[in-house]
Amino acid sequence: MINRKKAPAIKDAVDFDIVLKPYEQFKLDNGIPVYVVRSEEQETLQLELVFPAGSWYETENLVASAANFLMKNGSSKHSALQINEMAEYYGAYLNRNCFHENATYTLHCLTKHTAELLPILQEVILDPVFPEEELAVFSQNMKQKLAVNLQKCEFVANRHIDKYLFGEFHPYGRVSSMEAYDALQTESLKAFYQRHYNYANCKIFIAGNLPENIIPLLNQYFGSTNWNGDTVTLRPELPILPAEEKKYRIFNDENGVQGAVRVARPFPNRYHPDFPKMLVLNTIFGGYFGSRLMSNIREEKGYTYGIHSQLYNFRQASAINVSTEAGRDVCEATLVEVYKEMERLQKEAVPEEELSLVRNFMIGSILGDLDGAFQVIQRWKNLILNDLDENYFYNNIRTIKTITAAELQQLAQQYYNKEDCYELIVI
Amino acid sequence: MIHYNRFTLDNGLRVIVHEDATTPMAVVNVMYDVGARDEDPAQTGFAHLFEHLMFGGSVNIPEYDEPLQMAGGENNAYTTNDLTNYYIELPAENLETAFWLESDRMLSLAFSEKSLEVQRKVVTEEFKEHYINKPYGDVWHKMRELAYSRHPYRWMTIGRELAHIEQAKLEDVKSFFFRHYRPINAILVVAGKVTTAQVKTLAEKWFGDIPSGEKYVRNLPAEPQQQEAHLLEIKAKVPLDALYKTYHIYPRKDQRYYTADLLSDILSGGGSSRLHQVLVKEKKLFSNIDCYHFGSLDAGLLAIDGKLVKGVKMKDAEKAVQEELVKVQQEIIPERELQKVKNRVESMLAFEDMGLLSRANNLAFYELLGDASLMNSEFENYERVTAKDIQEEARIIFSEKNSNTIHYYAGN
Repeated sequence: MINRKKAPAIKDAVDFDIVLKPYEQFKLDNGIPVYVVRSEEQETLQLELVFPAGSWYETENLVASAANFLMKNGSSKHSALQINEMAEYYGAYLNRNCFHENATYTLHCLTKHTAELLPILQEVILDPVFPEEELAVFSQNMKQKLAVNLQKCEFVANRHIDKYLFGEFHPYGRVSSMEAYDALQTESLKAFYQRHYNYANCKIFIAGNLPENIIPLLNQYFGSTNWNGDTVTLRPELPILPAEEKKYRIFNDENGVQGAVRVARPFPNRYHPDFPKMLVLNTIFGGYFGSRLMSNIREEKGYTYGIHSQLYNFRQASAINVSTEAGRDVCEATLVEVYKEMERLQKEAVPEEELSLVRNFMIGSILGDLDGAFQVIQRWKNLILNDLDENYFYNNIRTIKTITAAELQQLAQQYYNKEDCYELIVI
Repeated sequence: MIHYNRFTLDNGLRVIVHEDATTPMAVVNVMYDVGARDEDPAQTGFAHLFEHLMFGGSVNIPEYDEPLQMAGGENNAYTTNDLTNYYIELPAENLETAFWLESDRMLSLAFSEKSLEVQRKVVTEEFKEHYINKPYGDVWHKMRELAYSRHPYRWMTIGRELAHIEQAKLEDVKSFFFRHYRPINAILVVAGKVTTAQVKTLAEKWFGDIPSGEKYVRNLPAEPQQQEAHLLEIKAKVPLDALYKTYHIYPRKDQRYYTADLLSDILSGGGSSRLHQVLVKEKKLFSNIDCYHFGSLDAGLLAIDGKLVKGVKMKDAEKAVQEELVKVQQEIIPERELQKVKNRVESMLAFEDMGLLSRANNLAFYELLGDASLMNSEFENYERVTAKDIQEEARIIFSEKNSNTIHYYAGN
């Protein structure tokens, strides 16, 4: 008979040697850097073009995201329908995303169709025309979507908490509005596009199974110097104006059966030495299923389906944000428990057993995250776009493996103070 | 092509091994042949509540999550109307930890009153978060009741009402466990940096002595053919009017299922699909409109749902949808359009196969469907579909008496 009460022996996290598979780097004729992680195991590839064209750089609200969205909706040669049809005919996904700092276009496709798809991607990036009609449909539909979202307590809470942390004029705290959608003009979208989507600003990240001639192909479609000039976008620092008032209660729906609860505070960005340490403390506090917050507020009290604490990965400044949707009558009680867990981390050192569990969990999770070329390029992209290299990655791993309970307690004492926190309940 | 080996333990547990030496990870996936369709109509939501209880400790192991996290692993689970699936991903060196945990909870749960009490509350909050406290959150409860008169697809996985979850008792939990969570009703898939010999040894060691249990024989009431159109009007505090339509389609193993799947892609797979192009872009009647289905094992539903542009009348919006449906019934779709949706499926399957977890999940799913090897012939089922098939099925599926419609009006 086997002894089922005894756990099998395990290999500890500290013994795992995690290696970030290196990338290959090329330069197109016009200087665009191309970062490549190959793998031959599948027949797919991912190609991403990144530009400093996020909301950081816009002077009118929503221009960055609208420009990013509508680049795909019509070129001088093809309509939005034709562009979509050409890409979809090859089973490709042509996605775009606009973040605070960067905006991207990503092609996912079967390797065998790459040559047919690059000309379409080229048209979208080099030759968008921003038809009036497309902007009108976009604004109308986004306003409708916003109207639905504004009924959801968690959506409203997310908007407010970022506003408190960064101020409503800062790109991290600015939110969409009906008026801002109405104010959008194709002229400003075009101007924004021309200023930011040029070859001097472009970086390309590719992963997967690549055609032999991928670099010549990229040169053919993106290697010239005749798109939008060579002005490199400079990144200004923008003033953060956090709210003075710390406590908020908002009634969004008088019949709501749940409330969105948020507790947040500012935190230094990733270049600060406390950042990697906070990644560990945050995991213990609310970053995984076995976290303090989950164990207490979900698994012990059943106040919520889930509660999480996250560390923002924004460039200029970060923040710690605890978020949950809890039963209407236990929202206040949830807040009390969040603060209790913060205080407990300040007063008592994290037990060795728990710390060791979190180390192992975090390392296991990084190991799983690095599984496959698409995931590896993602890591590199995050480093490269933030002007970092693999040393940063390895330093984070070292921190996970070696941080002590005393250091964590000190960190909690510095950052987990109730009086520094914004708290918000939206019902 | 996904390679795998298979064997069956003496107690009837089916084991599938997918070796992939390129990853440092291993996945252990246990699928149980039980879903919300197997519930008593007076005790809906039970299969899903039960899934939560599977994390509340087992007979020899008080805590499920802690030892797994200690081994660098992560896990989760989901319940559908058809099945319940549990999966673990962890560094391959620590594979045995997953066997130890999964086998003990298949052997028996701890059946703790405290765990039941807390998870009842957690699931109640899950219910509220997804179905009550969301605009339009109740629509699928109502649609299922409108579309099904007898088959248990007439309730959602989360349950028909909160009261059913709140009233769940420990005896019900026990009997549910011993009826459904037995080796004979389960499929174990192990994938990643593992060998078949190693998995065989571990499976014998940890699962071999669990009593087989009785094969659960499913005998669900069949849904009679719908004879007339159903219409429901709802007025609720939402900002926009919305239109929901569903049509009965075919069981997962029926060849016509693939036709229906491609039909839904013709109507709404991507920016060049028909409903989006005509109704959102050209006629500007909807701000979004989608056509999809649920991939159900028994005969499921094809759904169309969209939000109306403010000021547009329901009657006009619905008429325009109807015109598009008539178009696929009357005109044969162009060859290029058919090829487009097939290429889309080919690409989707290739991207799905990239993830280790997804491969393990799918192997279990196809084995539940009848045979894991079906996973490798799936694309052929799509390739067989002709433009004529699509037209014929559109005529049958989109017939008026096969339709269920909800007019969801924005009220105060």
